[in-house]
Amino acid sequence: MGEARLPFRVALAGNPNTGKTTLFNRLTGSDQKVGNYPGITVDRHTGHMRLPGIGHVDVLDVPGAYSLSARSPEEQLAIQTIAGIPPYPTPDVVVQVLDATQLSRNLYLLLQIIETGVPVVVALNMTDMLAARGEAIDVPALEQQLGVPVVAVSALHRQGLAELSGRVAEVLANPDLGRTNWRWQPQDGALLEDMALVSAAVPESWCRGSLSRRRSFSLWALLSIDDADELSAVPEDLRNAVAAARASATRDNRELESEVIGGRYRWIDEHLPTFLEQRSTPGPSRTERLDAILLHPASGFLIFLALMGVVFQTLFSGADPAIAFVEGVFGTFGEAIEDALLPGFLRDFLVNGVVAGVGSVLVFLPQILLLFLFIGLMEDTGYMARVAFLMDRIMKSLGLHGRAFVPMMSGFACAVPAIMATRTMERRRDRFLTMMVVPLMTCSARLPVYSLIIAALFPPAQIFGFVPVQGLLMVAMYLFSTVVALLALAVLGRTIFRGPRVPLILELPPYRRPHLPTVLRMVAQRGAVFVREAGSVILVCTIGLWFLLSHPINPPLATDYDALRVAATSNLETAALEERLATISSEETGALLRASYAGRVGQAIEPVIEPLGFDWKIGVGLIGAFAAREVFVSTMGVVYGLGAEEDEGSHTLRESIRRATHADGRPVYTPLVGLSLMVFFALACQCMATLAAVRRETHTWRWPAFMLVYMTALAWCASFLLYQGGLWLGFS
Amino acid sequence: MSSIDRLKPGQTAALLSIGGERSFRRRLMELGLLPGTPVRLVRRVAVGDLIELEVRGCHVSLRLAEAARLAVELPNG
Repeated sequence: MGEARLPFRVALAGNPNTGKTTLFNRLTGSDQKVGNYPGITVDRHTGHMRLPGIGHVDVLDVPGAYSLSARSPEEQLAIQTIAGIPPYPTPDVVVQVLDATQLSRNLYLLLQIIETGVPVVVALNMTDMLAARGEAIDVPALEQQLGVPVVAVSALHRQGLAELSGRVAEVLANPDLGRTNWRWQPQDGALLEDMALVSAAVPESWCRGSLSRRRSFSLWALLSIDDADELSAVPEDLRNAVAAARASATRDNRELESEVIGGRYRWIDEHLPTFLEQRSTPGPSRTERLDAILLHPASGFLIFLALMGVVFQTLFSGADPAIAFVEGVFGTFGEAIEDALLPGFLRDFLVNGVVAGVGSVLVFLPQILLLFLFIGLMEDTGYMARVAFLMDRIMKSLGLHGRAFVPMMSGFACAVPAIMATRTMERRRDRFLTMMVVPLMTCSARLPVYSLIIAALFPPAQIFGFVPVQGLLMVAMYLFSTVVALLALAVLGRTIFRGPRVPLILELPPYRRPHLPTVLRMVAQRGAVFVREAGSVILVCTIGLWFLLSHPINPPLATDYDALRVAATSNLETAALEERLATISSEETGALLRASYAGRVGQAIEPVIEPLGFDWKIGVGLIGAFAAREVFVSTMGVVYGLGAEEDEGSHTLRESIRRATHADGRPVYTPLVGLSLMVFFALACQCMATLAAVRRETHTWRWPAFMLVYMTALAWCASFLLYQGGLWLGFS
Repeated sequence: MSSIDRLKPGQTAALLSIGGERSFRRRLMELGLLPGTPVRLVRRVAVGDLIELEVRGCHVSLRLAEAARLAVELPNG
């Protein structure tokens, strides 16, 4: 007819660990997009595929689920996107991936989907694994019993994909081919009454005129809705109807769950023998033999600790060359601009604002990509579930899930990838709670700050003749941050994140060889999402900080540096002159910083940080450190008129710090001030990238704001107690 | 009748009932743990307070305290 029609919509559904993502990658190729569902922290993966005789269709990868029943908005997504509850459109066909090796449980979800009346095509995956289990599936018999098309595929080996596309195209052309009546029928009179009662309250917009849909939603509501659920957009009528049905069931001593779920499984158990043949009873599977070692109380923990050691070491130092490379590239790029343009606002803005800002975004990529490579491999092989298993005892005592261990550990390298790694946890409360404490772990950006302070203020002495004071302090800072993080976890978990303790039901999927392209694609997508969504915030903040540190331009200064230069040029020659000019420039930079907005803010906040033992110069350093903690070191270099190239190993910077005095001649930096400063750095949220990552993961500014406030308050109080306590005890 | 955490590793028993919170029962039922379903105790990890079960060819792990709510019919009475 030639009229424009929206492309067909295909939804890809299935249990977790069925190879669904690999199939999605196979079907859509590189034509993919990652977005967000509004209001929840679940990535929305969409793509396009070409179907014979149809052309391009949209493909949506629905997050893996065992069932359409839901308790949270995240779980609710399954019913909303598969059945098409407004605002989500109804898919034209659902392709359900069935894991042939776990047919019985996978069929449960399929029966639910069939009941919603959306056309279904079944992609029977992993049939090549059946022989090892002594099983065989009769595909035509399965298709006949199910009443919807079934195609045996191997997503991994690219088998059956053309036939799958063909069957999907057929169903799009004739949707009834993918529809069938309910496989089981509720028979019990009382249950039918409950369904009638609840059906009447299901909104018409959900049902779209279909009685079958209305009945299927009534069962969904009966299983999902109760007084403790967190579901969104459930009409009050429907809630009341479910509550009434449940009350009457309880009165009659009936259990709605077992009636409905048992009804579906009864159909599965009765029909399974007609298409699944158990040919032999194999011995313990490869997975069970591996788990005997990997879940063993001794060897399992040792292997896990060794593995975490490798991950941590790689994040900590393995990423260094890549980080240095990124920094090098942006440094060179900045220099090239400096050479090409005349000094002035534009050049300064480009070099110190834009290029430095983009660099400070990309510098996180090596660690993000590495961490997600490890996480991807751990998820894809099935090992991640074992990590949760092994760490459950420890994490449970902290009120968290075993899966929280990997993000917490990663926090020692960098909070940004660690915060992004919290998405391996299903519960929103667990994710948010972990995110809030991860930045307390001693990340690698704190090290240069600690090194500078320790080297400048603490003697390289030894206690007991062999324990070096400086090394001991470093270890103490790690211990301190870990203890505070665990305390914060305990406090936050019992206060603002208080929630019912959720029983652990942890699936241990069979070990599988990881599919590297799928893992790498996930890694690339994570990196892209970070650059796109957190990157813009970091860029804006870097430019803002640059502005604060470098403006106003040409403020009135007490000393006329140009006059000094003229004087030097007329009095000195060659080497001595150059040295003198460099000193003058450094001093001028320092004076400019002191006159800048940041310098003024530093002076304005001095009364607030004075009780911690800090002067306004440290205040300026703290403001600069917001770009990234290690920037504190170079900012202090500028404040003391030494130039920004100072690093934590610099003797001149250490000297300047040791020599710095207050107006009355007292030294600014004493060991007590050093400790106070380190404690402040350990606890304060001095990192805009962390805040940007939290904003990206929570989709709101509320949590980053909360984090900034609570961590800064914690840091201030701890430093205050330490410094004032120290003074009271007679230290200085 | 006994609770499932009392099984010996490798032992299989038929599930009788699940107690506890509604959503806990619902989740386990949806994984196929229904009255009459054979369940095998694969391992018990004392240090982790966890047990691993096999049901319908899938491996599921539960905490001991919660597993105690799963009543089973012991094979030898």
